[in-house]
Amino acid sequence: MAAAIYSLYIINKSGGLIYYKDYGSAGRMDTNDSLRVASLWHSMHAISQQLSPVSGCSGIELLQADTFDLHCYQSLTGTKFFVVCEPGTLHMESLLKYIYELYTDYVLKNPFYEMEMPIRCELFDINLTQAVQKDRVAFLGR
Amino acid sequence: MQFFGGSEISPSPPVPTASGNNGHMIYMFNRNGVCLLYREWNPPLRTLNAQQDHKLMFGLLFSLKSLTVKMDPTSAEKGNLGVPQLPGQGCSFHSFRTNTYKLSFMESPSGIKIILVTHPRTGDLWDSLKYIYNLYVEYVVKNPLYTPGSPIRCQLFNTTLDQYMRGIA
Repeated sequence: MAAAIYSLYIINKSGGLIYYKDYGSAGRMDTNDSLRVASLWHSMHAISQQLSPVSGCSGIELLQADTFDLHCYQSLTGTKFFVVCEPGTLHMESLLKYIYELYTDYVLKNPFYEMEMPIRCELFDINLTQAVQKDRVAFLGR
Repeated sequence: MQFFGGSEISPSPPVPTASGNNGHMIYMFNRNGVCLLYREWNPPLRTLNAQQDHKLMFGLLFSLKSLTVKMDPTSAEKGNLGVPQLPGQGCSFHSFRTNTYKLSFMESPSGIKIILVTHPRTGDLWDSLKYIYNLYVEYVVKNPLYTPGSPIRCQLFNTTLDQYMRGIA
């Protein structure tokens, strides 16, 4: 039972894409498309809060489609981490929280990183790949 | 999309899986964006007026569909973002969940969109949405006095729908 992650996006609080990594989907997007998709998701996330019948909505956490699931985690500062994965993949919320930790450790604490700019931190990439691969191996090993 | 997967014409109502106070609202739109039906059961908080609400909902669904078609990881050749898709073409989403509500969506091949807004811990409502579509066909489409494309004003449909929603919600 494979549980594959297709891609990961990180958007800053204004909706701009700061990180996009594709892990082997047939639908790999070029830069422009990934930027558009990220901004679109940012807006949809905001609109979904307005349509809530009950107050206190914090936006879409899970979107289920025919061929993929999309899990989204929004930090308290408004940075959104979302991952496109196979339908029914488990533990994505904890993976997203872990990625947020990696982000705070390797990106925010990097003195050369400018806020809201695209992420270009090698250590972040390495650790992120390890985290995603570890999940994949863990699932396949079951 | 396996819309016509079932062999029965009018399936029996799905077994209720949830406890009370689950259903909040239902919307139905046709392919032109006209809101055919809007009903609510547990009084929800409304911040916008009704017209704005319907437009916002339709816009959200249109854009989300556009997004899922573009983000589909299993298809390599996709159109540009924002190009209107035919019903059933491309990957469509069927539900999303936030911390306060869950929205379930179904689009028929004729472009009739049914949306159910419920409690976040509701299970899969695909069967319920199909059943509601069948109710629509029986009580609304087969009603000779109903003009397609206009808001639904069929008393029998409303009553049966309320009854059904009280049964599952």
